[in-house]
Amino acid sequence: MNIVACVKQVPDTEALIKVKPDGSGIEEGGIKWVMNPYDEYGVEEALKLKEKLGGEVTVVCAGPARAMETIRTALAMGAEKGIHISDPALDDADAYTTASALAAAIKEIPYDIIFCGQRAVDDDSGQVGSILAELLDIPQMTIITKLDVEDGKARAVKPIEGAQLVIESPLPCVVTAQKGLNEPRYASLPGIMKAKKKPVDVKDAAALGLSVDVKAKVDKWMPPPERAPGKIIEGDDASVTAAELVRLLREEAKVI
Amino acid sequence: MSKGVWIVAEQRDGALRKVSFEIAGAARKLADELGDEVCAVLLGSGVEGIAPELGKYGVDKVYVADDPVFEPYTTDAYAAAVAKVVKENDPAILLLAASVQGRDLSTRLVGKLATGMATDSVEVRIVDGRLIAKRPMYAGKCFGEISVSGSPQMASLRPNVFPAEENAKAGEVVKFDPALSADELKTKVVDIQKDTSGKVDLTEAEAIVSGGRGMKGPENYKIIEELADVLGATVGASRAAVDAGWRPQSDQVGQTGKIVSPNLYIACGISGAIQHLAGMSSSKYIVAVNKDPDAPIFSKADYGIVDDLFKVVPEITKAAKQLLG
Ligand SMILES: Cc1cc2nc3c(=O)[nH]c(=O)nc-3n(C[C@H](O)[C@H](O)[C@H](O)COP(=O)(O)OP(=O)(O)OC[C@H]3O[C@@H](n4cnc5c(N)ncnc54)[C@H](O)[C@@H]3O)c2cc1C
Ligand SMILES: Nc1ncnc2c1ncn2[C@@H]1O[C@H](COP(=O)(O)O)[C@@H](O)[C@H]1O
Repeated sequence: MNIVACVKQVPDTEALIKVKPDGSGIEEGGIKWVMNPYDEYGVEEALKLKEKLGGEVTVVCAGPARAMETIRTALAMGAEKGIHISDPALDDADAYTTASALAAAIKEIPYDIIFCGQRAVDDDSGQVGSILAELLDIPQMTIITKLDVEDGKARAVKPIEGAQLVIESPLPCVVTAQKGLNEPRYASLPGIMKAKKKPVDVKDAAALGLSVDVKAKVDKWMPPPERAPGKIIEGDDASVTAAELVRLLREEAKVI
Repeated sequence: MSKGVWIVAEQRDGALRKVSFEIAGAARKLADELGDEVCAVLLGSGVEGIAPELGKYGVDKVYVADDPVFEPYTTDAYAAAVAKVVKENDPAILLLAASVQGRDLSTRLVGKLATGMATDSVEVRIVDGRLIAKRPMYAGKCFGEISVSGSPQMASLRPNVFPAEENAKAGEVVKFDPALSADELKTKVVDIQKDTSGKVDLTEAEAIVSGGRGMKGPENYKIIEELADVLGATVGASRAAVDAGWRPQSDQVGQTGKIVSPNLYIACGISGAIQHLAGMSSSKYIVAVNKDPDAPIFSKADYGIVDDLFKVVPEITKAAKQLLG
C-alpha cells in the first residue's frame, strides 16, 4: 500500500490567540506549534494500515520552514518519508490553493489511500480533504471514526446527526479523520533519532507548477464578541439557588 | 453575469430539515438587498411534494431532482447534481448548511466549482454588492470576515444561528435531470444505524445539559438526563467524561468534539478548559454549576451556582418541573 498522510502545523490548542491591533492577522509570537490534532489520527491510521498490509507512508505538509518539525514528528511516529511544500506565496493560501498544492505534490507519487484531518484547528475550515479528493478525481469519506481496508475497498463509519452510516469506497480515496478513529501513538526516542535521517523532499510552488490564486480571503480578523459579566447566584441552600436560577432563565433570559 | 442567491436544501427521510429553513431565511435577506431571487436545489427520492414548503421561507424557485439515486445521501451523486445545475445557472452566491451532510457536500463543491467558501459562518451580509461572511476561527478564539473572489461566492452556515422566518412566496417548482452517469458514482452507503434516543443532535439542540469529570462516574448522568428531559434538552459531555468511557464520543462538546450553539447550555462539573469553551461559548445563555468558585467556566457563564452539583442539579430539575409541568 502506498499511503499518504497530510499534516498541517497549527498553534497548540492551549494557545491564547491574540488579534493584531490592525486586524490583519494574529500575533504569532509565543505560540507553540504542533501537529493538527486531527492529523495525528490520520497519521496513526496510516501507520496501522501499513503495519497490517505492508507498504509505505509518505507525509505531505504545506507550510513555512517551522512546519518541518511537524513532518519530523510524523516521521518519528513511523512514516517513511516526507514532502514539504514551502513557498512564501502560500502564506495566505485558502483551502482551494492548499489543496491544489497538495494535489500537485501527491500526483507525482503513487497513492492508494490519502488521510487528512477532518479540519485544521487554526482556520477550522474543514475543506482541504474534499477539495483534494476532487482535484485528484477520487472519492472521499469525511469525518470518519472507523476504517477497514480490504480487497481494494475501504469501509468506514461516519457519524451523522442521530445516526451512524457505514459507507464504502473503492481505492484510491481520501479519508478525513475524526476523534475516535484511534489513539495516536507517541514518537519513541529511537523513532525520533531515526526520523532525522529519513528523506524529506522540499518543493516550492514553481517546482509543482502551481500558480497561486487565492479565492477566499480573510479581510479582517477580530476578537470574539465580549460576553456580559455573569451573575453568581449566592446562597447555601440548593433549593433556593436552584429556584432562583430557574426564575432567571424564565424571566430574564427567557430561554425556558 | 452571475445572479441570484442559491441554497442547497437538506432533507432527511423525506422531510426538510430545520436548517434548510434557516439558510432560506438568510438567503432571502441577502437577495432582498441585491434585488435578486432565491433559488433552492432539492435532491432526494419522493421529495417533489415537499419542495413548495421552501416557498414559505422565502424561496422563489426550487430546482428539484427526484430520483432513487439520491436516497440515501452520497457525496458523489449530490455533488455532481448540484455542480451541474449551479454551472448551468451561474448564481452569484451559494449557501449550504454547515451540518454533517452540508460540510461534506459544500467542500466537494468548492473543488468542483473551483471557488472559495467561508465555512461555518455565523453572519452573512452584502457590502458593495458582494458577500461578506463572518465566522469563528481557532475554535472561536477569534473571528474573521471572509470575502470570496471566486464564483459562486460560497458560505456554509452554522445551524441554530440564523432564524427561520416565514416569508410567504409562491415557491415555483422546476424539475431538472442531472443525468448522472454510473461512473460518477463510486461510494455507497451500506448501512444506516439510527440512534434510538430520539433526541435532537447536539449540533442542532436548543438546550444542552453537559456533565464533566465532576460527575464522578457514568451512573450519575441520571441526574443530568432527568434535567435534560424536563427542559427538552440534549445531553453533552466534556472530553474528560468521554475519555473516561462514561459517555459516547458523539456526546463530546469542544474543539475536538462538537461545536454547539444552543439557546441554553448548562455545564455541570466542567472546569471550562479552553478546548471545552471553544466548543460552547457561542451558546446564547450559559449556566455553570461547579463547586470551585475559580473554575474558568464561570468567566463565560451568564448564571453560576458555586455548590455541589449532586445537591444543585436535582433541585434545578425539581424547580423546572414545577414551572414547566
Ligand atoms: C488537543 C486537545 C483537544 C481537546 N479537546 C477537548 C474537547 O473537545 N472538549 C473538552 O471538553 N475537552 C477537550 N480537551 C481536554 C481539556 O483540556 C480538559 O482536560 C477537559 O475539558 C476537562 O474536562 P472536565 O472539565 O470535565 O474535567 P476537569 O477539568 O477535571 O473539571 C472537573 C470540574 O468539576 C468540578 N467538580 C468536581 N466535583 C464536583 C461536584 N461534586 N460538584 C460541582 N463541581 C464539581 C471541579 O471543581 C472541576 O472544575 C482537549 C485537550 C487537548 C489537549
Ligand atoms: N498546509 C497544509 N499542509 C498539509 N495538509 C493540510 C494543510 N492544510 C490542511 N491540510 C489537511 O487538510 C485537513 C483539513 O484542513 P482545513 O481544510 O484547513 O481545515 C488538515 O487536517 C490536514 O490534514
